[in-house]
Order: sequence, then structure tokens, then C-alpha cells
Amino acid sequence: MRSNSSIKSIDRITVILYLVLVGFGWLNIFAANTDPEGQFVFDLSREYIKQLLWIAISFATIGVLMLIDSKFFVEFAYVFYIITTLLLIVVIFAGVEVNSARSWFQIGSFRFQPVEFAKVSTALAISRVLSRFQFSFTRFQDLLILGVVWLTPVAIIILQNDMGSSLVFFSFLLVFFREGMSPLFLVFGIVAIGIFILTLLIPNYQIELILAAAFFILLYLKKYRRHSFISLAIAAFVYGLSLLFFLERGEANHFAAIIIGMAVASVYLGFVALLRRYGALASYLLLFWGSMAFAYSSDYIYEKVLSDYQQSRIMVMLGLKEDPLGAGYNVNQSKIAIGSGGFSGKGFLQGTQTKFNFVPEQSTDFIFCTVGEEWGFMGTSTVILLFVALLLRLIFMAERQHSSFSRIYGYSVASIFFFHLLINIGMTIGLAPVIGIPLPFFSYGGSSLWGFSILLFIFVKLDTNRTELIR
Amino acid sequence: MGRSNRAILIGIIFVMVGLIFIIRLFVLQVIDPSYKYYADNNTQRKITQYPSRGLIYDRKGKLVVSNQPVYDIMVVPREVVAFDTTEFSKALDIPREELVEMLYNVKKAVRARKISGFKPSVFYKQLPASQYASFQEKLYLFKGFFAQRRTVRKYEYPNAAHVFGYVAEVNEQALKRDSYYALGDYTGISGIENSYESFLRGRKGARYVMVDVHGREKGPMRDGRMDTAAVAGKDINLSLDIDLQSYGELLMKNKIGSVIAIEPSSGEILSMVSSPGYDPALLVGRERSKNFPILSNDSLFPLLNRAIMSGYPPGSTFKTVMALIGLQEGVIRPSTTFPCSHGFHARGISVGCHTHRSPLNLIESISNSCNAYYCYTFRAVLDNPLIESPKIGMDKWKEYLNNFGFGNRLNSDFFNENRGFVPGRDYYDRIYNGSWASLTVISLSIGQGELLTTPLQMANMTAAIANKGFYYTPHIIKSIENDSLPARFNEIHYTGIDSIHFEPVIEGMAQAVSGEYGATARIARIPGIEVCGKTGTAQNPHGKDHAIFVAFAPKDNPKIAIAVYVENAGFGASTAAPIASLMIEKYLSESIHPSRTWLEQRILDLDLINNEKQ
Repeated sequence: MRSNSSIKSIDRITVILYLVLVGFGWLNIFAANTDPEGQFVFDLSREYIKQLLWIAISFATIGVLMLIDSKFFVEFAYVFYIITTLLLIVVIFAGVEVNSARSWFQIGSFRFQPVEFAKVSTALAISRVLSRFQFSFTRFQDLLILGVVWLTPVAIIILQNDMGSSLVFFSFLLVFFREGMSPLFLVFGIVAIGIFILTLLIPNYQIELILAAAFFILLYLKKYRRHSFISLAIAAFVYGLSLLFFLERGEANHFAAIIIGMAVASVYLGFVALLRRYGALASYLLLFWGSMAFAYSSDYIYEKVLSDYQQSRIMVMLGLKEDPLGAGYNVNQSKIAIGSGGFSGKGFLQGTQTKFNFVPEQSTDFIFCTVGEEWGFMGTSTVILLFVALLLRLIFMAERQHSSFSRIYGYSVASIFFFHLLINIGMTIGLAPVIGIPLPFFSYGGSSLWGFSILLFIFVKLDTNRTELIR
Repeated sequence: MGRSNRAILIGIIFVMVGLIFIIRLFVLQVIDPSYKYYADNNTQRKITQYPSRGLIYDRKGKLVVSNQPVYDIMVVPREVVAFDTTEFSKALDIPREELVEMLYNVKKAVRARKISGFKPSVFYKQLPASQYASFQEKLYLFKGFFAQRRTVRKYEYPNAAHVFGYVAEVNEQALKRDSYYALGDYTGISGIENSYESFLRGRKGARYVMVDVHGREKGPMRDGRMDTAAVAGKDINLSLDIDLQSYGELLMKNKIGSVIAIEPSSGEILSMVSSPGYDPALLVGRERSKNFPILSNDSLFPLLNRAIMSGYPPGSTFKTVMALIGLQEGVIRPSTTFPCSHGFHARGISVGCHTHRSPLNLIESISNSCNAYYCYTFRAVLDNPLIESPKIGMDKWKEYLNNFGFGNRLNSDFFNENRGFVPGRDYYDRIYNGSWASLTVISLSIGQGELLTTPLQMANMTAAIANKGFYYTPHIIKSIENDSLPARFNEIHYTGIDSIHFEPVIEGMAQAVSGEYGATARIARIPGIEVCGKTGTAQNPHGKDHAIFVAFAPKDNPKIAIAVYVENAGFGASTAAPIASLMIEKYLSESIHPSRTWLEQRILDLDLINNEKQ
């Protein structure tokens, strides 16, 4: 076991991709923030100068990371995790509010978002949990620990009212999948999105009916035929009976009657599962009630928790509402800016849409518009290809790790980048809802660039020890 | 599923998403051209350059209508930040509640997507320049508001409102009819502002600028190569004499009716008074929305241009034309006399007349205004033994009237002329089932019955008599800057009556004013000017008779022909003749002879509107 990894074993492709992305990103921040003359003004109040500073800080940090022993990241994973989690809590009380989210620390003109570092430390901590000897996705104790480590930051970030960042943590599902989680959970994710959309479209009791039907079909297909018929009969009987007790057959009463019917049927199935030790049956039951709860709560959250404008953003994204001057404004302007770039773009600094502030948040969340307008399809497809190349490279690197900690961390990095890419570029071209998360290396913002650089280069450092087992 | 398979699956997911994005971007950026169009719309703004409207001068070159700047207060709703509404309402000089309501309406319009939250819309129209000065000082306090300069009309005299008409924003019909107009443009709605709109409006220019999302200019597009300058409207000169016009309006104050003066040799309208009138400034800018309803609801209809829009019976003034028809048809000669015994009596039909000696010849019949003479003449025209039936005589009679400009629009500058009404054979066939004769319609002979003429038509008739047989279409335009007048104003219209026949009629009209025995219009005598006139009194079933007077002067080489119509003023000689003579005197000698100032005063004091009500 070599005590020190050599600089020579640093993955050059990743470094080059990183440098190209950061460099191109900076050019676009510069373009989005200058007047059409494109004068370079060395002034610390300019975003592109600040970003330059952050790039320097990031490079310096990368240098330091390269000098640290890989073991350090494993040893201190939980310590980092606890520190950043505390910071997440502190920021709720001591932070400043930006775009209605209390997620920023401000010291002078210097602002940073602890969530960027929480992503890194959570990735480290999850890697630590998953790489424990004999970790199993079927053992309750393991799942509990994983769940706590994974969802604690999510809960705190939701409290900060920073929906976008909290969603990023769901990218770890990909990591879990890679590490042996049942693919059903990925399916669940898709089903959950489906249920959510359904709650916006149809009344609650109809969703319940659909879920119940799906549940019985699942039981039938999974060879619990007898029990599926019996439980269906019980459910239908109790449903009918309980309806008799209600004077009116309104929606609310149907809703309640279905729940009562399904509850009695579940008691039966629960006994069967317990007596016969049908683990899968129990998990289907849990799944069903989980979906029921999800449908109810997503409806509740949509109606009661989300503000009008958040509701309409979702409706617009889903194509259920046209609103080019209201909630759809951002997306519409963003599409116009990107679309106006054409095949080869208007040329560096020649963009008019982005320069004249038609696109909101043009140097942060909507920086991709500048790419689209000034560099055209050539530019946008190049950026996407670069990112896809980076993601594939990360998978490749992860798979070559001897140490599972490194591999899991590598997947975490790839998944986080992927999620940011998916949502950020997706929203600028109207394929994803407008959720304010940055495009890695492109969006203006010091802590995001810094955080992404650290996230990536911890893995690059771990990768230099790829042939070793890091404990 | 093996672990390495899962790695490949994750890789495939990454590649798939990348592919989907690239396909989407290809559609967005390369295939679909609409986004480029939207982008141009976004950043290029056409800023209309409004030309100033042409100025209007009177016949002596006095400026009568000009322009004044006003400021539209614009708002970009999304840029508005909370401000002191009290301060704002003070600056605009409106109650705070009204301002709050206006702001609420803007909010509502944005929400209803009627206006864009990101583009400027008019918030407050036409702030006068005097108020704008103080508003401008505070403008910086109100983010999201700015001012845009426009010009509106300024009237140098409080007169001739009906002549000028008014200017207002184009309506939807005009927008559809003429592609020149855009929403928010101004156009002449009535009067000469409407008739000469195409000259007065000039040509809008456009400046193409690049703007940012807030509509702030970021410099010219392509260095201004696409810009076009606004071309100011053409100035026009009217034949109107503004001094005569204001004198006419002064004389007609507190009377209902109309005064029209025409220069016979050219058809130029010297004055067109419709009373009651209004100050044209009442319909400028913000004032209009307040004043228009008041004016249009007034029971005396001040917005109505009676000079061209009211059809009245011409009364005895029509006897002049009747005499001319008789002469031309050869049924009377100047020496022809008819008896009158307090009127005309035939087969149970009587047309009364005042007391005068009998019989009278043609000249005397005019100066004395004998009804019987014209009943005989009318019958002679219709029952002419040389023609088959009175119906054919009626056709002839109607043709003469049409030739004099009655029964049809004269086609003056004003689009909303009334045709008047000349009944004919068809009309009487319809109401009498075909069985009628000259006696049935005898009242036409003295300008009563169904015959309706506008004051403009009466003035035109007078001009034709003054010209001894022809007239030019009455018009109020004298010249247009660098342009010629419409051709129709240079065409001579002949009445179909030989000029020789005018001599006795004109003599009769001269005798009516300056003759000795029975002269009906002696009150119109002006020292040093030979006035030819004819009184008229139109029976009015609804109240007091209407007073009419037509006149021209001087007798030789006439300079002015005038028709005065005063509703409910009794005998023509009492009110209409003095007004006409004062107008003639004012026009020809520019001052009123001391011997006639009492008459002027009497007319000025005469109040037919408020007295009638008492």
C-alpha cells in the first residue's frame, strides 16, 4: 500500500473537462454581464470578476485537496456531515433571505450557501454508510441509518424553504440503485410523479380507486391470487357497508369509504403476511399505504403549502396552463433566447435577449440561455456533450475503484451533477419545472462553483488511490 | 440485475437525457423559426414618431388652430415599486381615491393579460404641459412611470367649433378602414379636421431602437438606418373670416339658428355660425371626456351643426327662385301683375297674405313679399298649357330646384351635410294616391309645405342669384400647403336660368331693402352699401315662426351672400334681417355705422333662448 498517491495518477480527462467547462462557463457569465461593447472592467463589483476570484479560490482548494490523504475523507466523513448539518440549521436563524429561501450566510459582501457543502458531506457520509461491511438494503437497521443520514439534510433544507436544493438529494436514489437497492424504488419514483400529476387533475377518491386497483392487480400478478380475490371482496363489502352509514354519497364520503374498506382488507392481508411470513406482501402493503399517504399529502401540499405562483409554475410546466406573461414568462423568455441563437449563435457578446435582461436570473439559474443565444446549437450541444462525457467518465472511474467508499462517492458525484443538469437545462428549454438550482461550473455563484469543485476533486483525489482499499 | 449492468443502465440514462436535450435544442434552435421572430419582437421596438398636425389659418392668414404639447403618463407595471400615492395624486391633481382606483385597474388589466406587465401602457392621458412641469420634478419618485410627449389641438379663438370639428383617438372602424392608423393615433372626427385629415395628419415616422426588458432604450437599431422621420401635416388656409365668424357668433348668442356667408364669385364660405355653439377648447385632451357628455346631452344640441345638418322650410325667401322659374318657363314676365286680396283664393283653397296694394308686378311682389303672386306663378308653371299635365310641370319645377342645389348634398367640405328635401311627383303620387294638382301643393310656391332646405343651401341659392345664374360648390378650404384644392370646388354649376331673368328679381330684392312702398326689409339698409335681400317667415307648427333672411351685397359685383335662419324669432325682418345686415356691414366696411349701433345693441341684447322658457 503506497502511502502517497502520485500526481501522475490524477485523471487527466476529468481535469481537462473541468477546466473547459469552468472556462466556458466564465465566458458566458462575462457575456451575460457586459454591455454590447463587451468591455472588460476590472471591478470587484462585477459578477465576472467575482467569479474569477472564486475560480482562483477553487483552484487553490483543489491544490490543497490533492495534498490531503484520501483516508482523511473517509475518517472525517461523519464529522463533515455533522458540521454541515449544523450549518444548515444555523443558517435558518442566522442567514439572510434570498428569493424567499433562508439558505445564505452573509459576511460583508461575501455570501455562501452551506447547502453546497452539505451535498459534499452527505455524499461522503452516505458513501461511508453504504460501504460499511455487509450493508444490506433489506436489513431494517441499515435502512434506518441510511434514511436518517440521507433525509435529515433534506428536512432541514425544506425548512429553509429551498425546495430546489432539497430535491437535489433525491439524486442519491441513483446511487442506491447502483448499490443494490431494488429497482422498484426507481419505479416508485416515477409512480410518485405520476400520482402527483394525477392529484392535480382528478379528485382524490378517484386516485384512491386507481391505487387500490393497481394494488390488487399487483397482488394477483405476484402470485397472491387467492388473497387478492379475498381482500378485494372484503374491501368491496366494507366499502359498500360504510357507504350505507353515510347519508350523502359526496366525494368526501367515497374517499372515507374507500379508506375504511382498504383498511379492513389490509388487516386481513397483514395477518396473512405475518402468519405465512410473506415479506413481499408486507412490503406491498406498505407501498400501497405509502402511495395513499403520498397522494393525500401531495394534494394537501399543493393546495395548502405551495403559493399561488408555485402552483401555477407547476401547472405551466405540466402543460396544463398557458401563461406566457405570468408564471410561464421565465421559460418563454428563456426558450426565445435559446431559440434565437439558431445553429451557430449570434456570436460572443452579441446576444440581445440575455444582454437586455429579458431572461431573468440570466447569470445564475438561466446561464444556459447565454450559451444558447450566443453560441447557438453548436454551443449548447457541445456543453451537453461535455457534461455527458464527464458523467460517463465519472461512472467509468467509479467502477474502477477497489474501495467501495470511493466507488459510491463517485456515483454520488455523478448523480448530483446529473440531477443539476437535468433540472437546470431542462427548465431553460421547457422540459422541467422552474426550480432554482445552478448549472454546475456555469452558473454564477461562488459557493456553488467552490462546492462543485470540491465535490468533484475529492473524487479525483480518491481516484488516485483507486488501486487501494481505503479504510 | 448485476451491479455492472446497473452501471451500464445508469450510463444509458445519462446518455439518453443528453440525447433528449440535444434533440430538443435542435428543434428549438435550428428547426423552429418562431423563436427568432419572438426575439426580434422582444428587443426591437418601433417607436412611432408622431408628426405635428397641420396648422389652420383663416382667409386673412390669421392663425386659428395650432398645437400644444401634452404628456401621456406611461406605466410599466412590473417596474412599479411602492410609492407615496398622496404625492402622486397631488402631482397629477386628481383625488387620491381616483389614483388608487386607477392603479387597481392597471393591476387588474395585467392580471387579465389585457396589458403586459413588462411593456409600457398609457396610465394617464394627456397631462397638460402646465401640470407636467411640476409632475416631472417628482417623476423620479415614481419608479415605473415615465412621460411621453404628444400634441393636441390648441384653438386661438373660442369660435367656429362646428367648422373645425375635433380630433380624437381613432375608433375601431377607422382602424379597419385605413391601415395607416394604429391604436392610440389621433384623427379628425368631424368638421374640417375630418375632411382634410389626409393633409393635416402628416406622416408618422418611426424610430427603431433596441430595448431591454424594461422597455428602456439601449440605442438605435442598425445605427438608425431603418428610421423614418415624421412629416408634419400640411397647413391649410380656410376661406373663413375668423373676425366675421366671431362677430356672427356674438350676434347669434342666445338664439337658435344659423348664419352662413358665402363669397358668391368663388363659393368660399366666409362664416358658418351654428348657434348655440361651444368653445372648441372644450373638446381638447382630457377636457373632452368631461365635456362631451354634457354637450351631447344639452337639450339645445350645441354639437349639431345647424348650418348644414338642419332642414328648414325656406319660407318667403324661396319666392326669388319661384319668380326665376316662372320667368324662365315664360309663364310670367317682369311686367306680369297678379291680384291679391289678402291672399290667394281658389276652389276653397286660401293662402293668406298681409295687407298691401294690389295688383303688384314682379319687382313689387318680391319687395312686398306677396304670397298670392307666387301661388299664381306656381300654378302657371305646373298648369302650363304647353305641357301635358301638372305632374310634368312638377318634374320641371323639381329640376330647377335641384339645379339650385336643393334636395341634394352640395358636396361642400363637410361630410355630414343634410340633403334637405324637394318633394316631387313620386312623393305626391304616393301620399295622394296619384290624384293631386297644382292647388294641392300650392304652399310649395311660398317655400312652405314639404320643402326643406339647409341654411347652407339657402346661402348657396343667394349666391347663385347674386351671380345671376351660377354658383360654385360652397367650400371653406382656401388653400392647402403645396397642394391643390379638390377639383369640385372649381366647377361652375349653372342653375339653368338665363342671367337676364335675374335682373328683375335682384331689383325686387334691392327694393325690399331700400325701396319705398311696402319694402319688407328696410331694417337691413346700410349707409353706403346697396343690399339686396329677401325676408322669410317659416310657419312653425311647434311654436313661434322661424325668421329667415337672405341677402347679398353690394348689388353690383357682390362680395357677400348670406343666409340667416333664427328659430322661433317671428318675422324675418325682426331678427334675421338685422343680423344679416350687420354681418354684411362688418364684412364690407369692417365697422358698424354709428346710425346702426342701436340695432347691433338690440340684437346683442335679444335673448330668445331664456325668454322663451319664461
